[in-house]
This record gives sequence, C-alpha cells and structure tokens, in this order.
Amino acid sequence: MDKNNLNNIPKDLFVPLVRKEDTSDRISTPSRTFFQDAKRTLFNNKPAVFSMILILFIIIMSIVGPWMNSFGSDEQDLKRAKMPPRVPVLENVSWLGMDGTLSGTFQGKDVQQATAKANARFDRKEEFIDIKVINKGDGTRNSAEVKATYHIYEAKDMKDTYFWFGSDALGRDQWTRLWEGTRVSLIIAFVAAVLDLVIGVAYGGISGFYGGRVDNVMQRIAEILVGIPNLVIILLMMLVLKPGIISIVIALSITGWIGMSRIVRGEVLKLKNQEFVLASRTLGTSNGTIIRKHLVPNISGIIIINTMFSVPGAIFFEAFLSFIGLGIVPPDASLGSLIDLGFDNLRLYPYMLVFPAIVISVLMIAFNIVGDGLRDAFDPKMHK
Amino acid sequence: MTRYLLRRVWYMLITLFIIATFSFFLMKILPGSPLQAEDKLSEEQKAIILEKYGLNEPIPVQYAKYLGGLVKGDLGVSFKFDNTPVTTILIDRIGPSALLGFQALVVGSILGIILGLLASIFRNSPIDFSSTIIAVIGTSIPSFVFAGLLQYVFAVKLGWFPVALWGTSAHTILPTIALAIHPMATAARFTRTEMVEVLHSNYIITARAKGVSETGIILKHGLRNALIPLITVLGPMAVGLMTGSMVIEQIFAIPGIGEQFVTSVMVNDYPTIMGTTLLFAFGFIVIILIIDLLYGLIDPRIRLAGGK
Repeated sequence: MDKNNLNNIPKDLFVPLVRKEDTSDRISTPSRTFFQDAKRTLFNNKPAVFSMILILFIIIMSIVGPWMNSFGSDEQDLKRAKMPPRVPVLENVSWLGMDGTLSGTFQGKDVQQATAKANARFDRKEEFIDIKVINKGDGTRNSAEVKATYHIYEAKDMKDTYFWFGSDALGRDQWTRLWEGTRVSLIIAFVAAVLDLVIGVAYGGISGFYGGRVDNVMQRIAEILVGIPNLVIILLMMLVLKPGIISIVIALSITGWIGMSRIVRGEVLKLKNQEFVLASRTLGTSNGTIIRKHLVPNISGIIIINTMFSVPGAIFFEAFLSFIGLGIVPPDASLGSLIDLGFDNLRLYPYMLVFPAIVISVLMIAFNIVGDGLRDAFDPKMHK
Repeated sequence: MTRYLLRRVWYMLITLFIIATFSFFLMKILPGSPLQAEDKLSEEQKAIILEKYGLNEPIPVQYAKYLGGLVKGDLGVSFKFDNTPVTTILIDRIGPSALLGFQALVVGSILGIILGLLASIFRNSPIDFSSTIIAVIGTSIPSFVFAGLLQYVFAVKLGWFPVALWGTSAHTILPTIALAIHPMATAARFTRTEMVEVLHSNYIITARAKGVSETGIILKHGLRNALIPLITVLGPMAVGLMTGSMVIEQIFAIPGIGEQFVTSVMVNDYPTIMGTTLLFAFGFIVIILIIDLLYGLIDPRIRLAGGK
C-alpha cells in the first residue's frame, strides 16, 4: 500500500505470513477492461469533454433551433430581406451588433454630401437614420466623413419582429435556416461516416481474414480505387446524381471507405496469427465467433478513432460541394450553401457569413479535438 | 527500384484510363449538348453542328477518337466560352493556379516547420500550447471560412490588400495566406511529433555526449531526420491545395483552373468540366508518384525495408 515508507517500518511489525492457498494471486485494485481504461483517459481530457458538450449542444440546437421562433426556413418575403440581426435583450448591448441596425461610414466633400450618400444607401428614410459626424472636411473630395446608423426595423415598421441572426437576401430567417442547415450537414456527416465504417470494416475484414486469393483480388481492386483521387470521384458523382443529401452521402462514401478498409485489413492480418486466435482456433471455434469475440474487440479502438475523424472530413466536403454549387440546392440549406450565400453579401451584410462560418468552424474544431482525445484514449501506444 | 517504378507507372496509366473512360461515358449520359437554342435550329443545321463536333458518329468511334485525342493532349472543345479548345483554356489559366499553389506550399511548410520546431524545443511551454492550438484551428477551419475572414478584415475593412482579382503580387497575398494555413498546420503538427521522437533517439544522446552544441543537435541531427517523414504528408498537402484552390480562386476571383472549374459547373460546360477533372486527376497521381519516389531516394532505410 504505502510503498514510499518501506524503510521506516519498525521491525516488530513484521510477522511471519501464514501461507494461504487462494490469496497469492489476488489483485488489489479493481481490474479495468481496455474500454473502461480508455473511457477514463477520455473523460480526464478536458478539451475533449468540452468539445463533446459543444457538439452535443449544436446537435440539440439543430433539432430544436428551428422551432424556437415562428419563422419557417422557406418563408420568402422580399419586403423584409437583408434585415440585420436583432435579439430582444442583446439589442441594448451596442458592440454585439445584435441591435437591428445597419451602419456604415460615408465620405463626401462636405458633411451634407456624405449624409446624402448615407441616405441613398439606406432607402432614403432620413427620419430613421442617425448621422454622426466624424470629420467635418475641408471641401476637398472625400474629406468629410459621417457614420450613419440605420434603424431598419423601425423604418420598415417591424418593431416587434426579431430576426435573431438577421434575414437573408430573400427575407428568410437566418436563425431557422442556420439550424436546419446544421442538421443537414450533420446528417450527411454521420450517415457518410457510418457507411464508411460498415463498408470499410466489412471489406478490410474479409480481405484480411480470408487472405490468399481473396485478399489478392480485393487488394488489387482497392489499389486502383485508391489511385483515383477522391476529389475527382466526388466531383464526377455529383455531376451525375441529382443534387441533394443522398447524392452527397453516396459520393462521399464511394471512396471514403478505402482508408478504413486498409487499416482494418492491416490490423486483422496482424491479429489473426497471434497466439490467442490460434488457441481459439485449435479449440474448434468457428470463424464467425473468432471474428466477433477476438478480432472485432481488438480493432474497435482504431475503428472508433477513424470514424470520429471521418465526420469532420464529411462536414468539410459537404460544405465544399455546396460552396462550389454541386451540393445542397435552395430552398434547402446546409452550412456550405449558407456560407456560399454569405459570400455574395459579404461586403454589406457580413452577418450572413459570420454565423454559419462560426458554427462550421466550431463543429470542425470540436470533432477534431474529440478525435484527438479518442486517439489518446484508445491507442495502446499512448498508454503509460 | 526500376521494377517498382514501372509498376507504379503502370497503375498510374490504368487509373487515368479508368477516369477518362468514366468521364467520357458520363458526358454521354448527362443532358446538354453543344446546341444552344436547340428548338430554333432546323434539322440540317443540327446535323451540321453535330458533324462539326463529331457527335453524329457511333459512340464507340467517338470513344476511340476521344482517347486518341487525350494521348495527344486534346481534351475536346468547350460548349461555352466561344468554342475554345479545353486544352487552350486550361493552359491559359494554369499560371495563376500554379503560382498560388507553389507560394502556399512554400510559405505554409516553412512557417509550419518553424512552428513545430519551436513547439518541440519548448515542450509543454506556452509556445508549445499555442502552436498546438494554431495547428488544431488550422486543420479544422475550412479554407473558405478563413478566406472570407481575411477578405473582410484586411481587404474590405482595413483596405490593405486588393479585395479580389489578379494582377500585381499584392493580389496574391491574401489568397496565398488562405491556402497556406492548412499546409502550415499539418507541417507544424507533424514536425513537432517527429522532432519529439527524434530528440529521444540514441544518436542524439551520442551527439550530446560528444559535445555538439544544442543548435547543432536540433538543426543538424534533429530537424534533418525529422523532416524526412514530412515528405509523406506533402502528397495529401498538395491534394488539399488543389481542393482549396477551387474555393479560394472563386472567392478572390482569380483566373485559375479552380475558378474555371466552378464556372464550368455553373454553366454545365461538360467538356471543360471533364477536361479539368482529368487534369486534376493527372496532377494528383503524378505528384503522389513523385513523392513516393522521392521518399525512397532520400531515406535509404525505406528502400532497404521495401526491398523493391
């Protein structure tokens, strides 16, 4: 128990040990299985736990978020297009940019000209535009500068309307669209990851376990497939298939499983000739049982790590495809298509890009950190 | 080595052949033809146009001609863009893409190596910690999000750099940074891991015992050995750059291959799409081949272990 004090124990405490039959190989601390051990390592990793909470939060928001206000994701109304974000309580905190105003600085040769420019920019509703003079100017070109704040909600007579994250170019609520888009992105990512897992494990497992000619043929096929860059396959597939969730999943999975299958094959090859498998085989265990009881538990760690890393990969590819116009098409939203729309309005309405960009960045970072955490927890080489 | 090289080139040719075949039959399946305003044309006019593009011949003949053209570097004629040959379009546009990719690769890997080196020297210090954070963020945040941020802050708000387009070297700065962030993060992560491992090996202890200076140990004995495996990530890095170039060129309106691809997708110009895809595929495969060969040449251990 107290190994550090071994030298300080008084001699009279030593008593001859009475030999007992069954206690000699008792283990003093509870024995933990590999999974319990991994779980402990994982839950002691604070960034990973925090990331898991973040992911969980985003998943929950993607389910309940669209129901939290009364707007639908495809309710178009050009009268309320491009409204800035406005949140009930936060609107009083001016630096947050959630107060439902548009603002900009305008230059002119004098204050009057600059103000005129501001009015022209903001629908000519002068009574709703606050002008703050920054620089009076001296009559030369663009020497005067004013900062104009446009109370667009008041101007449009929508005092009681709150677009929490603003509205897009067609007047659709960004909050609703953002969370619906997140849902679409997450569904694509998870389904693609599960497909990679199932196909990859089956292909790699069969190839590695049966070996011989089966392995040879299967590996030649995989070798050719792996030579084709997955970007090229995904792009070609997206051209053939109708744009949509299912097509993206198919396009991602068509090459995605190869990485997994290679890893699984390598592990199976390594494991299947080890003593415990041979022992089990000598005892007459069937192939199915060997795979289920001996091989799968031993490679599950590496499978979990790999699946975890394929999720952010799929999120990225979905966003990438939607961004270049091959992915999700309107009126459906995804993080990628929202970012694409955000870029069209970046100069004047940056909030359209900011929110989807934040969500996708947080998701990607969180998944990568959890993936790193899982690798630390499940990789036997990392255990001390 | 020669046998290995031949085998690799053989596989490369098979792969390219499969992609070419696949994309040819895809073009046949997909809707859309060179006939613009189809209903206004008379039968004779249609026939003339189809003959001009060789579309009146049976598909196997078209396929053979297509493959024959590919061998000569002829990728067909664009449906849009004034009927320019696809090869011409691509050659015109390869300059900006190559320049950007090269700059990003150089800037990214040099910064990444420095970052990873610092992290490994000052292990478990704030420097190490912040370098890890930069690496995680760099690998996670999609390049187009990063590009949007750069464009908005440094071009739109601060006005330090041009917002978009191509011309002076100032135009290349923001896109290069946006493209370089990913290779930088990868290189930083990799360099750190490798350096930590290398600095624990026996020959470093020997060098230290001999009294080699700490700088000498880190730069000459450590970094040089740590960098060899970095060559393996150059492949995925280059692939990532090609993916990234599509969105980055689109965002910054750079007349490169990636921007051409996205535009072609939007106007359904299939010959250009296929030509670009083939070029991408060719680029990927050649780069990966070169890297594999390079790896064998630089690290003698690989050649011995591979036995090829």
